[in-house]
Amino acid sequence: MTRLRPNAPEGARLSARALRAGAEAHARKRDGLWPWLFVIPLLAGIALFYLWPILQTFYYSFTEWGVFGGSTWTGVDNYIRLVSDPDLYSALGNTLLYTGIVLLGIPLAVWLASLLNTPGLRFASFYRVLFFLPYIAMPTAIAMVWRIIFNGDFGILNYLLSLVGIDGPYWVSTPGIAIVAVAVVGLWSSLGFSMIVLGAGLTNISPEYYEAAELDGASPWRQFTSITVPLLTPSIFFVTIITVISSFQLFDLLYAILGSQNPILPKSLSLVYLFYQAGFVTNEKGYAAAIAMVIFVLIGFVTFLQFRFQKKWVSVD
Amino acid sequence: MAFPFLWQIIMSLSTNAELQSVVPHFWPSEPQWQNYATVFERLPFLSQLRTSVLITIIRSGAQILLCTLAGYAFARMHFRGRAIALALVLSILMVPSQVYLISQYQIVQGFGWLNTLAGIVAPGLFSAFGTFLMRTAFLNLPTELEEAARLDGASPLRVFWSVMLPLARPSIAVLAITSALWSWNELLWPLVVSTYQEQMPLSAGLATLVSDKSNTDYPVIMAASMLAMAPILILFIILQRRVMDGLAFSGLK
Repeated sequence: MTRLRPNAPEGARLSARALRAGAEAHARKRDGLWPWLFVIPLLAGIALFYLWPILQTFYYSFTEWGVFGGSTWTGVDNYIRLVSDPDLYSALGNTLLYTGIVLLGIPLAVWLASLLNTPGLRFASFYRVLFFLPYIAMPTAIAMVWRIIFNGDFGILNYLLSLVGIDGPYWVSTPGIAIVAVAVVGLWSSLGFSMIVLGAGLTNISPEYYEAAELDGASPWRQFTSITVPLLTPSIFFVTIITVISSFQLFDLLYAILGSQNPILPKSLSLVYLFYQAGFVTNEKGYAAAIAMVIFVLIGFVTFLQFRFQKKWVSVD
Repeated sequence: MAFPFLWQIIMSLSTNAELQSVVPHFWPSEPQWQNYATVFERLPFLSQLRTSVLITIIRSGAQILLCTLAGYAFARMHFRGRAIALALVLSILMVPSQVYLISQYQIVQGFGWLNTLAGIVAPGLFSAFGTFLMRTAFLNLPTELEEAARLDGASPLRVFWSVMLPLARPSIAVLAITSALWSWNELLWPLVVSTYQEQMPLSAGLATLVSDKSNTDYPVIMAASMLAMAPILILFIILQRRVMDGLAFSGLK
C-alpha cells in the first residue's frame, strides 16, 4: 500500500492515503473487539427484521402462494396482474388526491408559522401547543371523532353547512368524497408538525433582512413574499418531502374513518390499504409483495423528482 | 383547530339520542359520566392499555439502548466494515415499511409470536432512524473529553457510559419522544400481528371497535377514544417544549 515516489529514498516518502490507512489500522487495533460489541445487537436486529425481509419481499413478489402455504415461482405474473388491475389505479388516484390536498396545508403552515413568529405575540406557546395537538393524538382516536363530525345525518359539519343553505353529502359513504374527507383530517393533523419545522426554519432568517426592508418601506405582505418565503424554501422543501412520503403511505386514517365494513371501500382504497388487503385479508402475499415493491418505486420516483426540481426553487446559502 | 377535541369531550358526555339528533346539542342536558365506565365493559380496555404502555416502554427503552451503542460505534469507533454496515442501516430509511411488513410477519409467525407482546414489539426494537440520529449526535460532540478519558485508561465502555452518553442527552430525549409517540399511535403492524382484542394495543383495539357495525353507541366510542389519547396528550402538555423542540430538531436533520 505504500506508494513510494520514484526517486525518493526508500521508506522516506509516504502518500497521505497510506498515512490515513496506517492510522485507521492502528485505531482498529486499539478499539479491538469493542466496536463489535456495541454494534452487533442493533445490526443483528436490523439484519433479521429489515434487511432480510426487504430481500424476501422482493423475492415473494415473483411468487404465488398456495392455500396451504408454500410458494411457487410465477415470474412477473404478479406485476402483469397489477398493471392491469383497475384497483391499483383507483388506489393510486386516491392516494394522489389525498397527497395533493394535504400538501395544500404547507402554504397555510408557512403563513401560520410566520404569524406565530411575530415578536411579542402573547400566548405564542399556547397556540403552538394547540396546533400541535392533532399531530400527537392517536390517528385511530381522532378518526373516530371526525367520523361522527362527518356523519351525513347528525354530524355537526352538515349541520353547520345547512345553516348556510348547503345540503351536505354523506361524507364517509360517498365514493369520491370520502377521500376528500380523510384528506381534510390528514391536513388538520399534519399542520402542527409542518408549523414546528417551518418555525424552526424561520428562526434562522436574520432579522437584518426585515429591518432593511422596513427602512425601505416594504409592507408586511411584501416582506413576507420577498424575504420570508424565499429564505424559507429549504425548510419548505424538507416539509414537502416528508409530507409526500407519509401521505403516500396513507392507511391508519383511511382504515379508521371509513371502517373496514364500509361498502364504498373497494373504490376508496389507498395504495397501502390495497397492500394490506392483499397481504392480510385476501391472503395473496405474493401479490401484496408486488404492490409493496411498486409503492417503493413510486415513492422513490416522486422523491427523486422533487430533488430534481429542487434547484429551480430552493434557495441555497 | 382544537374544535374536534372539544367536540369529542362534549359528545362523550352526551347520550346517544342527543348525539344523533339532527340539531346538535352543544352541551348535554346531563353529563353522562357513566359513558366512561361503559368503555371498560365494551373493550378489554385495561388489557389494551397495558399492552400499549408495555409496547411503548419496551420499544423506546430498547431503541435508546441499542441505537446509542451502535450510533457511538459508528461515530467514534473504528472497525472493519464500518462503512458498509452504516450504508446498509441507512438504506432502510429509504424503504417504506410495506416492503418489509410481510416478511416480518413470517418471521414473527415462525417464532410463534403471533398475538403476543413479543410479536408486536420485536421489529420496533431496532431503529435505523434512531441509529442515524445518535450517530449524528455523537459526531457533533468534541473529541477532547474522549481522548482525555482514554489517556486515563478508561475502557471504551467506560468512556461511552460515563462521558459520551450524558453529553448526548438532548438527542436521546428526541429519540425517546419520537419512538414513544410512534409506538403508542402505530396501527398497521399491531393490527396485523394480533387478532384477539385482548392482545391488541389501544390503537388497534379502537380501530376494531369502529369496524364493528353493531356498535353504534357513539358516546361510548367517544369516551373510549378520549381515554386512548389521554395519556400521550397529558404527557405532551407537560413536556411540550421538549417535544416540539425535539421534533423540530429531528426535522432539521
